[in-house]
Amino acid sequence: MNFTLKIWRQKNAGTKGQIVSYDVTAISPDSSFFEMLDTLNQKLIMSGGDPVSFDHDCREGICGTCSLYINGRPHGPEKGVTTCQLHMRSFKDGDTIHIEPWRAKAFPVISDLIVDRSAFDKIIQAGGYVSVNTGGVPDANTIPVPKEKSDEAFDAATCIGCGACVAACSNAAAMLFIGAKVSHLALLPQGQVEAAKRVEKMVACMDELGFGNCSNTYACEAECPKGISVSNIARMNREFLSSKLFAEKEKIIQDSF
Amino acid sequence: MTRLNARIPEGPVAEKWTAYKSGCKLVNPNNKRKLDIIVVGTGLAGASAAASLGQLGYNVKVFCYQDTPRRAHSIAAQGGINAAKNYQNDGDSAYRLFYDTIKGGDYRAREANVYRLAEVSNQIIDLCVAQGVPFAREYSGLLTNRSFGGAQVSRTFYARGQTGQQLLLGAYGALSRQIAAGNVTLFNRRDVLDMVLVDGKARGIIVRNLVTGEIERHAAHAVVMANGGYGNVFFLSTNAMGSNVTPAWSAYRKGAMFANPAYTQIHPTCIPVHGDAQSKLTLMSESLRNDGRIWVPAKLKDVERLRSKEVKPSDIAEADRDYYLERRYPAFGNLVPRDVASRAAKERCDAGFGVGSTGVAVYLDFADAIKRKGHDTIDSLYGNLFQMYQQIVAESPYETPMMIYPAVHYTMGGLWVDYELMTTIPGLYAIGECNFSDHGANRLGASALMQGLADGYFVLPYTIGNYLAAEIHTPRFDTASSEFTIAAQAVTDRLKAIKNSGAKESVDHFHRRLGRIMWEYCGMARNEAGLNEALYLIAELRKEFAQGVKIPGGLDEYNPELEKACRVADFIDLGELMVRDALQRRESCGGHFREEFQTSEGEALRNDDEFAFVGAWEYKGRDAAAELHREELQFNEIKLSQRSYK
Repeated sequence: MNFTLKIWRQKNAGTKGQIVSYDVTAISPDSSFFEMLDTLNQKLIMSGGDPVSFDHDCREGICGTCSLYINGRPHGPEKGVTTCQLHMRSFKDGDTIHIEPWRAKAFPVISDLIVDRSAFDKIIQAGGYVSVNTGGVPDANTIPVPKEKSDEAFDAATCIGCGACVAACSNAAAMLFIGAKVSHLALLPQGQVEAAKRVEKMVACMDELGFGNCSNTYACEAECPKGISVSNIARMNREFLSSKLFAEKEKIIQDSF
Repeated sequence: MTRLNARIPEGPVAEKWTAYKSGCKLVNPNNKRKLDIIVVGTGLAGASAAASLGQLGYNVKVFCYQDTPRRAHSIAAQGGINAAKNYQNDGDSAYRLFYDTIKGGDYRAREANVYRLAEVSNQIIDLCVAQGVPFAREYSGLLTNRSFGGAQVSRTFYARGQTGQQLLLGAYGALSRQIAAGNVTLFNRRDVLDMVLVDGKARGIIVRNLVTGEIERHAAHAVVMANGGYGNVFFLSTNAMGSNVTPAWSAYRKGAMFANPAYTQIHPTCIPVHGDAQSKLTLMSESLRNDGRIWVPAKLKDVERLRSKEVKPSDIAEADRDYYLERRYPAFGNLVPRDVASRAAKERCDAGFGVGSTGVAVYLDFADAIKRKGHDTIDSLYGNLFQMYQQIVAESPYETPMMIYPAVHYTMGGLWVDYELMTTIPGLYAIGECNFSDHGANRLGASALMQGLADGYFVLPYTIGNYLAAEIHTPRFDTASSEFTIAAQAVTDRLKAIKNSGAKESVDHFHRRLGRIMWEYCGMARNEAGLNEALYLIAELRKEFAQGVKIPGGLDEYNPELEKACRVADFIDLGELMVRDALQRRESCGGHFREEFQTSEGEALRNDDEFAFVGAWEYKGRDAAAELHREELQFNEIKLSQRSYK
């Protein structure tokens, strides 16, 4: 198969970028999208050019490193897959393919198609965990969890932190990412002790980092390679609201003394 | 001969760890604050260690090449994690897990370490559940288990086909908590290129900032390597593209011995190679062998008809199928250990019975299981794996058998460590896949996650204190010292040399060639002539690499080709050591199969009289041959016998 690629090239964060056109030929339909880009890069290297930088690692759809905006969609045209799981058989011979990095204020470009997603780490550091220490925990089976709840928590916990939800959102909101972590832990008894504090801290951190707000377009869910549901955002909002109300109630009680 | 002292505590094997913990030195909390620890890698071992050490109050610096710790390749582990909980009441115990692991490793692991691993396994499950890891549960709300290869009990805890992901996210959460608390500092997008010794002790590392190209110096009182396995020496493997041996190899070059490099695990159930542009291989979890049946046609005529697509796999009559694992190993059937299953697949394909367009694949068939358990049950057990397969191969395993073939997956060899997980360099520790210690010549399924987390959460936090207790008067190190300056200069010189070599071929060109040599001569089956040929070919390759690797871009900028070149240079040296190790080990054991040493039935033939030892290699300089040291293995608990799964 042959393709024309229109790729965003940008040396580093400090320089301006532009779209550059390349041709690739004799690509197997069984090749993955990255193997197609590998072929382009080998050609560029051997002809004295500068290979295209892109983030990738596991190449099996689980590490969340890859992050390409392909023909106007995060992770390309197929639903429920990451870029590394995308195969060239999903395109037509002779297609022109547009490849850009994630576009969001909170994800600045590092080089070409690579962006800095450390904002996601900061959000998790703000409270995306259960505060248990190593050691001194009860036997695993002393914490029964209804299977349905556990399964629901699992669905939320499958988020790979790739950032497609932010890239897909017209407001560059990180609500699906945070909603997934808040839901995962709020659905489990282990996570409930800190549920109120967790959601407050994570939302505050998100606001600080320059992510936008949710306006319910559901683009995040549509583009999430792991199919994380927007119902997680609703749950996060509920958790957030109840934490605020609870704090309000506490304050009234305190003041009455 | 040097002194390989494993420093195994005295006493019965079941009491060693308790005795050790009671006797090891402690560091008081005020002093912990004055002690710095470097952790290299953020997979299960690295993240769990960094989090646990930070929690104890040490100053921890943690390094990863990825953009965030959550992406380390432990994330891709699918099937599960073993623990001797005996929740199923099927007769499990720490002793049985210990026994199965020693036997599964073909009697080439150290008893004391393995017993400790089995002993702490239960604590891992407790901790992970407390962290909110969503393990699979019964309708009662309690945890469920599944079976894995090499065991006759059901002791594997799992989170669908994404157990590694959920465990790593648990450890990443714990790590993030310590980062937020200021106990751990994270250095992402960093390659660790060398380590620094001061007065013979590990005191720091030299790293390259992958974004800016800056060469940084970091000092500490102790260094912990947790940089994973070296399967990418084969170019094609199930490892992540960035997985590399470089941090461990830099330790080897500085005097840490490298043990059993030849022990490589070739995983039986991976998606077969599709063509020349292939960049990596994808694993299909071993858990699939619980329900999938492996077969090839019994008649060569059917092989032809399948290849020409004249018939479909489902058209082959039951009597004309060869369920070769069930035939050869009736007791364990499709659940034999990985090395046995892989070799059996190779044997059938070499004999001409392989299927698929290349003839290098076998079937993994779910038709019976779907009939017996129903579509929905199979979907709940393996849904994401089936989906992954369909995405890659464009065929549905619900309708037609999967095609699979073995691929490089895990490396049992690694830095030699003693009972305390310390290497032969004082103050340098190695944990998780990058050490050699627990899996002998073959790792059982669901034991890698167990070992990574055991080392990081429950072993290292004790043993490192025993060393650091003597370091409380050692002040922080100045990275402007001559030791650091010399090491940093050596790294810069090396990068320049790579950048300025002859520029004939790309890094990938050399890496692919190395991979082909290793797969051909040091893969699933090895023999003396082939290994000697490999030595010659690797020497040629090294020469050509030194004179002609082409690196675009500069040293002081984001430069993935330069990163790859450093890794491949080390893989070439490692490849040679693997071949030397495979040559010296004139026996077959686990993942190391020497064709000259097999039983009349084609099973691995060990030679316990001469080879019941750990082979640890000492670096002797660039142009000298490495020196082999032996740690004799003592089996006091378990009687050595030929492994049988029949």
